[in-house]
Amino acid sequence: MDKFIARYPIWSLIIVVVVAVFLWLVFAPWPPELVASWGRKQIFLNGLLGGITLGALYFLVAAGFTLIFGLMRVVNLAHGSLFLIGGYVGYEVAIASDSWLLAFPVVFVVVALIGVLMQHFIFSKMEGEELRQTLVSIGLSIVFADLMLWWWGGQSYTILAPQFLQGPVQLPIVNTVNEATGVTTWLRYPAVRVWILAAAIVIGVAMWLVLNRTALGMLIRAGVDDREMLAASGVRIKLLFLAVFAFGAGLAGVAGIVGATFQSLSPGEDTRFLLSSLVVVIVGGMGSIAGAALGALIIGVAEQMGFVYAPTYSIVFTFLIMAAVLAFRPQGLLGARR
Amino acid sequence: MSVADNLQRLTGPYEQRSWLQRIPAAWWAVAVILLFMPVVANDFWLFQVMGWTFILGMIGLSLMFLAGYGGMVSLLQMTVAGVAGYMVAILGPSGANVSLGLAWWVVIPAAFLIAAIFATISGALAVRTDGIYTIMITLAIAAAFFYFTRQNYSIFNGYSGFNLVLPPKLFGVNWRDPMAFYYLSLACATLCYGAVVYISRSPFGLALQGVRDNPRRMAALGFNVTAHRVAAYALASIFASTGGILLVWQNAQIAPGTIGISAAIDVLVVAVVGGLRRPLGPFIGALIYVLLQVFSADILGLFGFSADRFKLIIGIGFLAIVLFSPDGVLALWDRWRARVDARKAAETRGAP
Repeated sequence: MDKFIARYPIWSLIIVVVVAVFLWLVFAPWPPELVASWGRKQIFLNGLLGGITLGALYFLVAAGFTLIFGLMRVVNLAHGSLFLIGGYVGYEVAIASDSWLLAFPVVFVVVALIGVLMQHFIFSKMEGEELRQTLVSIGLSIVFADLMLWWWGGQSYTILAPQFLQGPVQLPIVNTVNEATGVTTWLRYPAVRVWILAAAIVIGVAMWLVLNRTALGMLIRAGVDDREMLAASGVRIKLLFLAVFAFGAGLAGVAGIVGATFQSLSPGEDTRFLLSSLVVVIVGGMGSIAGAALGALIIGVAEQMGFVYAPTYSIVFTFLIMAAVLAFRPQGLLGARR
Repeated sequence: MSVADNLQRLTGPYEQRSWLQRIPAAWWAVAVILLFMPVVANDFWLFQVMGWTFILGMIGLSLMFLAGYGGMVSLLQMTVAGVAGYMVAILGPSGANVSLGLAWWVVIPAAFLIAAIFATISGALAVRTDGIYTIMITLAIAAAFFYFTRQNYSIFNGYSGFNLVLPPKLFGVNWRDPMAFYYLSLACATLCYGAVVYISRSPFGLALQGVRDNPRRMAALGFNVTAHRVAAYALASIFASTGGILLVWQNAQIAPGTIGISAAIDVLVVAVVGGLRRPLGPFIGALIYVLLQVFSADILGLFGFSADRFKLIIGIGFLAIVLFSPDGVLALWDRWRARVDARKAAETRGAP
């Protein structure tokens, strides 16, 4: 930290100012002039929080994608299909068992199994042929999409959040201060979104701990750096690949339930989430979990803020961020240069 | 088709014959069939089946050019075609209020130019990284453009897009008339095909293939690798734009759905199924795709499915091609030819 400040004094100052302005915007009540030019604070906060929770969902999808890519060099373009399968299966389980929580382990296992089958029977047969693997994953996504359309039809599904997650919670953020009475109103926000954000943070931290503090994580990191060497040193790399593929796929499936809970599921959502994970991974850096988290946060917030303040151009912000990252840092914000 | 193959073909024993004599008999047969098809075929066949085949083939050809000679599998080509098509609809006359209604001799060059600029900028972004990243980045750009056209009403007229986009009545011919449209698309497809064959043997094409095979060596030889790749994107945009403009005229409308993700993937499917190594591949792939789509109801009916499962057939067929014959149906044909030749050779050797 000290070194960074010493090396880049001007950048440090800019970062400090930006963070201070941002914190002030979030926590302080807005003066009337600002409200006049930017609209009410509630709109800003809703956009920001919506962006952060959307980022949490994007992170859940993209983390599996980037993990699979980092270790196996498989660009699995059927990842969005795994998300949608997870959502549909979760819907069926939640309806059948009347339990939202039960859907999570069931979906994780089911979708992880699909991932294992894909890896074992298809991707491992063509190791090293990146283009062929990608083309196969495109073919799989076409087939999956049509099978799902066949089975679940074109209508949209929503999974209802359980009782204890319904309704709003109060956050320690000032919404407005009434001039006349001096009464402060605090921001209220849907509880389910707050919980999902917390869960995504927990999963992210857990992944980081597993990757950086356990023997399994050590193997995975070694595989990301040089898998031939790892295989040569006697690790049963096929099993490791299967485990990572299963985990990444299962995570995408679980994200499907989350997506079905706070948005909805319909045909076409698979490509939407595939694309968001592509953009997240391109921005954050391919194969990096921290990069996926940062990219998901940036893309989620940019998308929601764009949606609030410039509805007809919101997608352009996302795209410009991606273009800027590609132009100035092609390996992604936190990606390692290879 | 490596550089060595091409050189051999250029300096081979066929050199002394004139170029007309060097065209194999099968090509003459195909040319005659295509030229005289309107005599026997009905309007539906000419306009829907063959017209669409040529259009899809041209867009696939631009992907084949990038992937086969440049080693860059770009999912952007449908989007480039869409940009050109949208420009025709926006600048020229159409049923929507947003259109400017300019004359065709302004609209068409402008459409090509804008599509080329779009392709060049996107290509410049995509070549910042290489290999498998290209497919991800181009897919992301294609999706961004699709969502942008869908939410933007001031320029792209949003969800509904443009209808009543008709070709100009040049030389007193209604170019949407099935026979006229058939010959127009056939002529464009032939020109594009010829252009790709010519470019692949030109110094630029050979350098591009060198860049595909070994970028570091080409850079060491003094070639600007990035410039060659970006130039390939710009050149490929011409074929895609031709297809895109014809596509708008054929459908008389363009909407975000025309250039969506599934359309971009369809172009990839067409090019891969046909074969990414030869310019003929995309046209074969397009013909298979269109025939499957047109006759999907009958084919699926045979197996007791409803016609809605067309995508399933396409997906499974695509998977089968990628799994068992990665170079497309043309490679299957090559393999069959090689086997027949080997058998013949064995027979002649066996009976002296």
